[in-house]
Amino acid sequence: MAIMAAPSADPQIVLELKSLVRRFRPDRPPVIDGIDFCLRRGEYVAIMGESGVGKSTLLNLMAGLDRPDAGSIEFDGCDLAVLDDDAATLLRRRAMGFVFQAFHVLPYLTVTDNVALPLDLAGMPRPERDRRVGEMLESVGLGGFGSRYPRELSGGELQRVAISRALVHRPRLLLADEPTGNLDPRSAAQVLELLRAQVRSAGSSGVLITHSRAAAETADRVLVMDGRRLVPLGDER
Amino acid sequence: MLAVLRAVALARLREQPGRVVVTVVAVALGVALATAVYLINAGALNEFGLAARKLVGEADVVIRGASGGFDEALYPRIARDPSVAAASPVLELDMAPLGDHPALKVLGLDPFRAAGIQPELIAGLGGVLLTLFEPDSIALSAAAAEELGVGTGGTFAVRVGTSVRELRVVQVLPTSAYAQRLGVMDIATAQWSFDRVGTINRLDLRLGAGADVDGFRQRLRRLLPAGVVSTGPDIERDRAANVTRAYRVNLDMLAMVALLTGAFLVFSTQALSILRRRASLALLRAIGVTRRQLELALLAEGVLIGIAGSALGVALGQGIAMLALAGLGGDLGGGYFRSLSIVAQPQPGPLLVFFLLGTAIAAFGAWAPAREASAAPPARALKAGDAEHAARRLRPAWPGAALMSAGLACAGLPPVGGIPLFGYLSVTALLFGGILLVPAASSRLLAILPQPRRATLSTALAQLRGSAGQSAVSLAAIIVSFSLMVAMAIMVHSFRQSFDGWLGQVLPADLHMRVAQAADTAYWSEADQAAIAAVPGVSRVEFRRQRAVILAPGREPVQLIARPLREPADIADLPLVGKGLPVRGGGQAWISEAVHDLYRLDVGDTLRLPLRGKDCLLVVAGIWRDYSRPSGAILVDRDWYVAQTGDVSASQGSVWLEPGVRPQDVERLIRGHFERGDALQIYTGPALKELSLGFFDRAFAVTYLLEAVAVLIGLVGVSFAFSAQALARRAEFGMLRHVGMLRRQVVAMLAGEGAVLGVIGVLYGLALGFVLSLVLVYVINRQSFNWSIDLHIPSLQLAVVALVLVAAAALTATVSARAAMSTSALRAVREDW
Repeated sequence: MAIMAAPSADPQIVLELKSLVRRFRPDRPPVIDGIDFCLRRGEYVAIMGESGVGKSTLLNLMAGLDRPDAGSIEFDGCDLAVLDDDAATLLRRRAMGFVFQAFHVLPYLTVTDNVALPLDLAGMPRPERDRRVGEMLESVGLGGFGSRYPRELSGGELQRVAISRALVHRPRLLLADEPTGNLDPRSAAQVLELLRAQVRSAGSSGVLITHSRAAAETADRVLVMDGRRLVPLGDER
Repeated sequence: MLAVLRAVALARLREQPGRVVVTVVAVALGVALATAVYLINAGALNEFGLAARKLVGEADVVIRGASGGFDEALYPRIARDPSVAAASPVLELDMAPLGDHPALKVLGLDPFRAAGIQPELIAGLGGVLLTLFEPDSIALSAAAAEELGVGTGGTFAVRVGTSVRELRVVQVLPTSAYAQRLGVMDIATAQWSFDRVGTINRLDLRLGAGADVDGFRQRLRRLLPAGVVSTGPDIERDRAANVTRAYRVNLDMLAMVALLTGAFLVFSTQALSILRRRASLALLRAIGVTRRQLELALLAEGVLIGIAGSALGVALGQGIAMLALAGLGGDLGGGYFRSLSIVAQPQPGPLLVFFLLGTAIAAFGAWAPAREASAAPPARALKAGDAEHAARRLRPAWPGAALMSAGLACAGLPPVGGIPLFGYLSVTALLFGGILLVPAASSRLLAILPQPRRATLSTALAQLRGSAGQSAVSLAAIIVSFSLMVAMAIMVHSFRQSFDGWLGQVLPADLHMRVAQAADTAYWSEADQAAIAAVPGVSRVEFRRQRAVILAPGREPVQLIARPLREPADIADLPLVGKGLPVRGGGQAWISEAVHDLYRLDVGDTLRLPLRGKDCLLVVAGIWRDYSRPSGAILVDRDWYVAQTGDVSASQGSVWLEPGVRPQDVERLIRGHFERGDALQIYTGPALKELSLGFFDRAFAVTYLLEAVAVLIGLVGVSFAFSAQALARRAEFGMLRHVGMLRRQVVAMLAGEGAVLGVIGVLYGLALGFVLSLVLVYVINRQSFNWSIDLHIPSLQLAVVALVLVAAAALTATVSARAAMSTSALRAVREDW
């Protein structure tokens, strides 16, 4: 389960994909074919593309949830492709946060307990955990919501809980997959702004997967998945 | 409507074919057991009825005395009555064939007179009627001939007193004449052969056309000596069946347990399946399916499962009945119908009833969840988390508390017609009440559990607390089966321990002996008794005379046991219940609990005991526990008995040895004193105890089998529940894997949930089972069998089963989790919930 560090990693590079290839069936063309990508510390990048183009596959590869058929994925100097399942999981627990389109907030836990999940998994002492969760909820405008259950919240509030959970353990990388897909335009705008602000204040880097141009425009840089490659917005075919 | 049914039921069959099949099999098992037990019991009853009808024939009145009989001079006096068209005197005895054979019922009758009353039986004798008048001749039914291994022209030996007599088989009756084991002799030959000259014990009467039967029986009452009663043919026909009724009802109830557990399994499977499909069902409502259509479609789903399971079940039940009859006999090992040969014929009517019952129970199991799902507002049902909201409706405690109270009240009511009807109602109400209280109880139990520090365990506990309603549904089948298993286990263990203790108390001697088992013709004379007492090495010997007496028409005879009862030390081995009167010897009787219950006699009451045609008055000096004579037993002092009857013979004896003497040496000497002494029944105390406990265990073997099936069905229910929940929570597991929970931690979380639920189910099942066992031990057992047992808890057995169940629950949860985790975390988080 040891996390291997690359010997000559650039400290400013958080995530680097080199010549990445992912193919699900040998008789079909690869979903991702030779992608190169570099994410710098503090950078917030949006990746756009049409449905089925491979955006989520790319995100899963970045998270160590899937393995490439060729190429490498280095996160903080570690080659994710060589990590076993446990090591990749422990790395995610420590250094990554996730926001999903469907929120995935546990219905039987209170807001506080949902947000505290990564801290609980890391074994953080209770007082420190409660303080961190309290601060996090305050910062996303959910102060006083800690003892509520998810069924008592709106969609926008649920996504804020999910954002809090993704950032409460101060990860180096935030991965957000269509975080506003289930929200109305007003809530979506608020969530995007919040996400951007939180990533910045936490000192994290972020990758936002979206097919919404408005959402993508909140990022520092926008890339488009085009023909299984990643190109800057405007350069696509 | 068909389109809705297709969208609901067929979609489920396509999605979860394995689960549907196992639910069908569970229903089939319940229906099969109920059907099999019914068919076996019905077969036995049918044979009882046929046999009794053949023996009673066309008699309108049967005059019956105990096996000791009455003076045959009564016969011509009654036969002269103008109302009597035909009269047939009978000497009915249980004869003791030598060798390893059970007692054989023999009818000594006048074939010419009997032809007018039992024509079918006599017709079976055919052309050899006259040979029956030859000395030592006997006709045997085919079943008796087969059991004795003898054919026409062959001979077999029987014991008369302690001597041996050879009987010659002149005819084997066709099965159509009489299907069970029976011997038929000429009455004079029987009287002569069995030393009963001048005595009969039955008189069958056919009255003339238009005769007033009630008036005639009133007149008879004045003529009949004490201990001789007149009964109608119905009572005669029902008599044998009545003895076994309580045992048969108990078997029926056990079969119903399996059926009931199957119903709870259908309920929990359907409820969880519907909860899981809640959003899809709400979608159907949203696009125009009416509430009624949805409810009917879901109900039809349960009915289809019921039809499939019941059809399979009745076929399986018929097969099980045939196999069980071949392997265990008509009493399923109970030892009641040893003389009956029974065939389980397919009976379309009852099979249809069990088919419909199984279908109805499955429909009932599906009805409540169907109603709830169709009544749910679609808008709310479409939202995540609504499943628990639906299950939460089960939480109010008052229906459960009300049913439990009703159950407790029923436990205090007396039997109806000798059947503990209210006892069974009590068990049913307590069981249903207990199940209805599960959601409230499990919520409280979960609330008081301490909060674990580890994230996996605290998440597991939070999940359980948040879904207590669904957990209760998951637990229903296993709590039903486990609590009933606990109750039955406590009852059987209590009975066995009480029986064991009782045997230890009533078998204090070194050797116990009897001339033959349950036979009227075998006994020791005074000289035989003196010879046994004089055997070297015998320190003391106690002889007893056991004979049947009739205390009331329509009831089985009570066993009268005459033994030395003159001093307080004489009752030291008597398992007395409650306080008795001081021992004074003659004029006192110690009655068994069955006599106390059936004849409403208590300590200090006067007992009218018919002996030699007159009533003797005895004071009831005590009540004792007797597990060997279910129709009742009365102990009297032997000197007093001899003074009343002049009967100095003995049928049983106990021998105490001098110090250092080996029992087998004395046994050999005793056997050597008698002709065919090898056929005497002589046992050491421990050997007799072992033999008796062996009979007990065989009798309850079927009980354990039925319990095991019920628990298995319950476990299947739990595994369904876990796998349903695990599948429903795939997205949750996917999210947890994303945020850094290891695969094994997710599995451990599920295993922890399974173990906690298992512990709650087991603890609740133990508590509920204990309450049910009190009703079984103190109400149903007592009212069914008329004997008391002490409560004993089989702690080790229950602890082992409880541990196995908790482990099985954790294991099924683990397996379910692994199966659910086989879908990758990537796909899981994309499934909406």
